[in-house]
Amino acid sequence: MPAETAVIEALRGLIARSAPAATGPFCPLGLPALDGALGGGLPTGCLQEVIGLADGAAAGFAAFLLGRLAADGRPVLWGWLGEGDLHPPGLAAFGLDPARVILLSAASPADLLWAMEEGLREPGLAGVLAELDGCDLVAGRRLQLAAAAGGVTGFLLARGRRLSASALAARPSAAALRWRVDALPAARWRVELLRRRGGGPGVWILEKAILERESETDRFLVAAALADGSPAPAAADPV
Amino acid sequence: MWLPRWPTDRLRRRQPIPSDRPLVAVAELGGRALVTAADALAAAGGILPGSSLADARALLPGLAVLPADPAGDAAELARLADWCGRYSPLVALDGADGLWIDITGAAHLFGGEEALIADLRHRLAALGHDARAAIADTPGAAWAMARFAGTPEAILPPGRLAAALAELPVASLRLPPAMAAELERLGLRRIADLYPLPRASLARRFGLLPGERLDQALGRAEEPISPRLPAPAHVVRRLLPEPILEADGIAAVLQRLLGRLCEELAEAGQGARRLDLHCYRVDGRVIRLSVGTSRPAREPRALARLFAERLDRIDPGFGIEAMALAAARVEAMSDLQLVLDREGRVGRGGKAGRESDPLLASFVDRLGNRLGFSRIARAIPRESHLPERAVSRLALDAEAPPARWPDDPGPLRLFGRPEQVEADGDPPETFLWRRRRHRILKAEGPARIAPEWWRGPAGDLRDYWRLEDEEGHRFWLYGQAGSWYLHGLFA
Repeated sequence: MPAETAVIEALRGLIARSAPAATGPFCPLGLPALDGALGGGLPTGCLQEVIGLADGAAAGFAAFLLGRLAADGRPVLWGWLGEGDLHPPGLAAFGLDPARVILLSAASPADLLWAMEEGLREPGLAGVLAELDGCDLVAGRRLQLAAAAGGVTGFLLARGRRLSASALAARPSAAALRWRVDALPAARWRVELLRRRGGGPGVWILEKAILERESETDRFLVAAALADGSPAPAAADPV
Repeated sequence: MWLPRWPTDRLRRRQPIPSDRPLVAVAELGGRALVTAADALAAAGGILPGSSLADARALLPGLAVLPADPAGDAAELARLADWCGRYSPLVALDGADGLWIDITGAAHLFGGEEALIADLRHRLAALGHDARAAIADTPGAAWAMARFAGTPEAILPPGRLAAALAELPVASLRLPPAMAAELERLGLRRIADLYPLPRASLARRFGLLPGERLDQALGRAEEPISPRLPAPAHVVRRLLPEPILEADGIAAVLQRLLGRLCEELAEAGQGARRLDLHCYRVDGRVIRLSVGTSRPAREPRALARLFAERLDRIDPGFGIEAMALAAARVEAMSDLQLVLDREGRVGRGGKAGRESDPLLASFVDRLGNRLGFSRIARAIPRESHLPERAVSRLALDAEAPPARWPDDPGPLRLFGRPEQVEADGDPPETFLWRRRRHRILKAEGPARIAPEWWRGPAGDLRDYWRLEDEEGHRFWLYGQAGSWYLHGLFA
């Protein structure tokens, strides 16, 4: 039906215009393979989703990204619902200084989303993370707009408490980037970029070489090696 | 200000009783129904408070009778006192039927003392209250004039207290009725009669009270009123020519009030930690809205944002006719911070840390006001070798005690209550957690942690292990007295 096709095309155009693809400057992660695949570093000023299981690998990866974003001294906001189980000293292992983290325990998802949106509009922050298993498209788009307006990078950390990681990954999302992170044996992570606006997906294996404790600085403690250097869209799972 | 018919005025406001029908309030005392308050019509008919209901009915058969409500009277008087905050923040309750309002320096805002007193009585009359008001240099003189001058409005010119009070009865000195009667019996009926008396002989007979009251009324002795609400250091108020009904209007007035208040604060070198907004409604109600800040603030725009969230929750009723904004809690704030306020925008995104970034402070304030300040915190290290005690949550504005983070950052997830798991082996080779069996391939440990025996009943030693299962999940388990507990997760 040409009429229907036209409507669908018009809607597609509308969506493309309403969803700002623009992201802020890149923040180099210090991992050449990943930086290269992302076009220079982590895109900032946008909403990203980090999907994982309750095991903490996704949280660790998100802490690492936030640590890089906060390297200029700005604080980050890390929020969750209810009691939460974040152990702030553990953030230091991923290069995020716990003293630089504003902790928020929200009473409801609505409160958490509100705080996240406020935070994303607050350029004094390096980043905002909410432990939330995704949000609906409208809320997601609001967050994306807020992030673009404030230049702050936001992360929805989906811990798969109710849905499996693959079910979470299959849900529609307004995030500009979607990561999936799983633990691998021998202190490694499998990091998959499921979607990146204006770019292809990719899979990497990060090796966490936790440096010995001689250093008291909270410098970047995660060393990474790329098992599969190709950021090719069809990168096979190298495990 | 005296409200001679307060209880019956109040009853009339709540119950439709024909205005030509006399009304009394009645309470039971010792098995007898006694009149506790009579309105003007009943009083004109000869009914006085304290007479029995039967006598009153005999005098005026058409009398309307309602039960007295002294607790309600007192509560409503307190509300009225709050409403009088539109004239001045210093309002004190005076017994069960009066209020003291300290209008020092406030009258010009209302067009002078006469206009103020007329405005007050007019508004109270519209609410159904008969009010007698007097303005004088001392609370005692105002009290005497309101009750005994015989006119509903009285203004004593400053410095002429002795002459103005001379002809009033001694009862107007706020003396117990028995003492006033005794003075009158001795021929001391008027206040002027007391002027020539030697203080010592008066004190010998009646104690210190009459002399003290006389000095207070004449301004020879200080008598501070004790305001119902503590007087804030800075208050700005605005009377509205037309009552406003819209949230936009409220916001616009608030904007101007904030501008003026912040100027006052800047002059005083202070910043607000709490702001109270009072909206005075046409119907005599006061709507109060408070916002807090995590650090002293006096930036009108940032403060307006704190209110913005909640302005639509103000129910204007039939309109708001006055608004007052008070800095209820203030702290010293140096000019340096103000400079940062103004230039913060330039510097932000740079090296400005949380401590020195006023924009971030206003962000934290918005979070705190909406979600509760107890919900935002930062983590600080605490000297304890128990992992669950090694972190404490600290309010963002509190000073952090010096302590260092443990050398070992520990797991990323730490459970508030360790979860007991079924484990085989020591260290465990497999364990069952949340209905999933984990096969352990790597174990690192044990790290022994002794309980802090000084914190109550001594527990057993804990032996912590870092375990990794075949899928790469990393756990922090400890064995204690033969059982295994999962305490945290590594990333």
